[in-house]
Amino acid sequence: MLLGNLGSLPYFLPELAVTATILLLVVLHVASKQKTSSAPGFLALVGVGAAILLSGVSSPGGGKAIFEGMAAYDGFAVFFKVLIAFATLVVILMSMDSEELAGRSKAEYFIFLLSTLLGMFLLSSATDIVMLYLSLELVSIPSYLLAGYLKGKEHSTEAAMKYVVFGATASGVMIYGFSLLFGMTGSTQIAEIGRVLASGKAALPVVLAAVMVAVGFGYKIAAVPFHMWSPDVYEGAPTPATAFFSVAPKAAGFAVLVRFYYTVFAGPDTAAGMWRITSTMDWPLLFAGLSAVTMTVGNLVAIKQSNVKRLLAYSSIAHAGYMLMGFVLLSSAGIEAILFYLVVYLFMNLGAFYVVVLVSNATGGEDISDFTGLGSRAPFAAVALSIFLFSLTGIPPFSGFIGKVYLFAEVIHRGVYWLAIVAALNSVVSLYYYARIVRAMFLQEPTDASAIPVPAASGAMLVLLAAPTLILGVYWEPVARFAHASVRMLAY
Amino acid sequence: MGFVDSHILSLMTFLPVLGAAVLLCVPKGKDDVIRWIAAAASFLPLVLAVKLWFAYDRTMAGVNVASQFQFVEHYSWIPSINVEYFMGADGISMPLLILTALISFLAVIGSFGITNKVKGYMALILLLETGMMGVFASLDFFLFYVFWEVMLLPMYFLIGIWGGPRKEYAAIKFFLYTLAGSVLMLLALLALYFNTANPETGGHTFNLLHYMAQGTHNAWLKGFDVRLLLFIGLFIGFAIKVPLFPFHTWLPDAHVEAPTAISVILAGVLLKMGTYGMMRISFPIFPDITVWFAVPMAVLGVINIVYGALCALAQSDLKKMVAYSSVSHMGFVMLGMAALTPVGMAGASMQMFSHGLITAMLFFLVGVVYDRAHHRQIDGFGGLGAVVPIYTAFVSFAFFASLGLPGMSGFIAEQMVFLGSFEAFRPLVIVAAVGIVFVAAFHLWALQRVFLGPLNPKYATLEEINAREIFCLAPLGILVMAVGIWPMPIMNLLNASAVRLVDLVKAVI
Repeated sequence: MLLGNLGSLPYFLPELAVTATILLLVVLHVASKQKTSSAPGFLALVGVGAAILLSGVSSPGGGKAIFEGMAAYDGFAVFFKVLIAFATLVVILMSMDSEELAGRSKAEYFIFLLSTLLGMFLLSSATDIVMLYLSLELVSIPSYLLAGYLKGKEHSTEAAMKYVVFGATASGVMIYGFSLLFGMTGSTQIAEIGRVLASGKAALPVVLAAVMVAVGFGYKIAAVPFHMWSPDVYEGAPTPATAFFSVAPKAAGFAVLVRFYYTVFAGPDTAAGMWRITSTMDWPLLFAGLSAVTMTVGNLVAIKQSNVKRLLAYSSIAHAGYMLMGFVLLSSAGIEAILFYLVVYLFMNLGAFYVVVLVSNATGGEDISDFTGLGSRAPFAAVALSIFLFSLTGIPPFSGFIGKVYLFAEVIHRGVYWLAIVAALNSVVSLYYYARIVRAMFLQEPTDASAIPVPAASGAMLVLLAAPTLILGVYWEPVARFAHASVRMLAY
Repeated sequence: MGFVDSHILSLMTFLPVLGAAVLLCVPKGKDDVIRWIAAAASFLPLVLAVKLWFAYDRTMAGVNVASQFQFVEHYSWIPSINVEYFMGADGISMPLLILTALISFLAVIGSFGITNKVKGYMALILLLETGMMGVFASLDFFLFYVFWEVMLLPMYFLIGIWGGPRKEYAAIKFFLYTLAGSVLMLLALLALYFNTANPETGGHTFNLLHYMAQGTHNAWLKGFDVRLLLFIGLFIGFAIKVPLFPFHTWLPDAHVEAPTAISVILAGVLLKMGTYGMMRISFPIFPDITVWFAVPMAVLGVINIVYGALCALAQSDLKKMVAYSSVSHMGFVMLGMAALTPVGMAGASMQMFSHGLITAMLFFLVGVVYDRAHHRQIDGFGGLGAVVPIYTAFVSFAFFASLGLPGMSGFIAEQMVFLGSFEAFRPLVIVAAVGIVFVAAFHLWALQRVFLGPLNPKYATLEEINAREIFCLAPLGILVMAVGIWPMPIMNLLNASAVRLVDLVKAVI
């Protein structure tokens, strides 16, 4: 069903809520004298909370093409909107009690954060390459500002600079790929492009276009070899922003990656729940290679890191590699596995970053050595971080294990055994560096044994993130069903 | 049937972790309260284990027939991918369930001397017990795998926090080795899942008993190469745990660094999970490959026997010597299983049970002397027999049991293994029998150096073994003796299942 501009508005409520919140924040910023008050934070919380609620208001039913086919309103988009908005919600809470951001203007910070959110909303539903490009830029530009938000801190400035240069290059290459597609097909609608390509086109331009677009999306999900920016950005950016980058844009990147490739270069197969390649290029093989390289490089380089934020940066590169496995299988179960993984990844990764915020608030450092003896200095936070890290490793009874099981299962189901073996061995490697942090926390004695107080609010946040990590490891049926339903409703 | 009767395996599995949750709520500083809660939480499963012993119908074989499993609990857990909560016991798991309950309880009592972070220690040891029980009780592969992995975390922390000087290295080495094995198992598990069909519903299944019915395997899973690959994947996962040569190198490190009670659990129960996994999973699901692979398995078993004994002979650290003696003794289990005869299989089961008792004694005893002398160098003692006669008596008893003296459980088990495997692998068994000489040698030589000869004056005032330590050792000693003299009760427990398992495997020839 194709909807016009006005008719689309009821399906655009979350975006409208976020837009309204951004405008209110601007007004608040201009009007308020007290730049560091916590009012903007609460306003942002309310706005994002409203967006989550509104995402669920009108159930998708069948998929709808809104704004004359610029975007889709379907279960797939709703899934990502809820996921990303929830991640943003947690990051807002994290930002509100971050010492790094204390004394800086909070309103501006939240304006950037919410603009990114708006961009990601649009990105996860875009079905037109113009819309797609614009929303990608709407994600990127405020992200650059967030990365460089700690003005005067050398690392932060460097991070922002690198981010801009890499981002500009990647999106330049991507838009070149888009132009090739437009040139070949004469349409900006991805469904239409897919239809024309399926009717047969010269191989070379199709391959070029597929690869060039992969650069843009690969940059967004930080897949090797487009990952170079991420460790520096993760290290330099304020930690809450890093946590945000490691989850939300990555999720949005996967959303657009799946929607774009499964629409443009593949089409539904006769077998239920399967796709087949319609273009002249074996792009799944390309991405399978990227997936293997991404997880291996991410894990191997992470071993040598001593800064926890950098370590988690490489770890999140590795996780992008795991999730890419689900993308190359051309099956809806593969995509479901990605969605499921993103849910558990959200909790465990944000949780890990949150403890880093707590520790660096207290010790002023982010090195593994700053975590030494955390088990006795702040037992609760240390236990929570161990849960997150072992979940990231993929050890039961934590949810990360279940996420990996779904991914591995589908890889094996489709018979891509080499990839399954690479991923399994990677899990073992990852244990080594995650355990380095655990070792520092529990196995080594601190030089400074003074207790680190964990405020009640922070404790509650940790519970909020650790409980799902545990519970979804034991009973995950509802999330699996939600992911299943969302993929079924992938409209295009 | 009351709730306890119908959920006995679940209770045995989850009471310890429940106890752990309770003791986490005890305020700091009340270490004694924590110790007693832990003791209670591990004592209850032992009571239930006794109940199991009496309630178990020894005529039912289990193995691959669902209706012959006892104490069964079968619920749907995650319906969308057919994960089931499926527990039950048969003759393969019964001795190990009882052993786990006993060893865990004694290990908790044996840990009363721990004074550093008592709460964490006891909580972890109870969590470990849950993992071990769960492994032996599960009949669903997914459930089995979860328990199998759950056990890694407490073990890592127990070695890593409360261990000796090289604890960090030993802990991560143990963790990495076992995880490497288990991810291979995970891949094999998933491959099995997608290539078998539940005969009742037609969907995929994790139910181990369905896997054992060869008719559920699809064409892909019937291919020899595929089966061999899956078998080897599982085999490596299990072999690392046993540990079979050449995957054994984590064991001496882990044992030497682990605190006494953890070594007891490690050698007494954890190692058995490897051979148990083969009996429960590899053998009945891939009988054809098992037959094909029998000789290599027997060779590995014999290498373990001889190589373990030779390594033990070369050790100067008493605990390391005992650790290598485990390597040697687990070789008997492997040899007995590989023979694929009823006597050999029963002998392997028997050896698992018997070794669990004996090695637990040995590690407790090493712990006793280490607590007093703060070192374990075999050559650093001398003539202790005159100073600590009761301790010496216990050590002599345990050493003789370990070297297979008739009248003790080890003898029965090893003889059954030899009897059962002699026909199948004559030359190998002869080599293994020669290995026994080395086993005897390192025990006797150590005994001589530590307890006989002139007294080392440094230890003239060594404290005698105390009541708590005797409390840990006595039940084990009595059982070792009882089984050695009258093995029939245990034999009856495991015999029907051993016979069924061998029949099942042999049926493919």
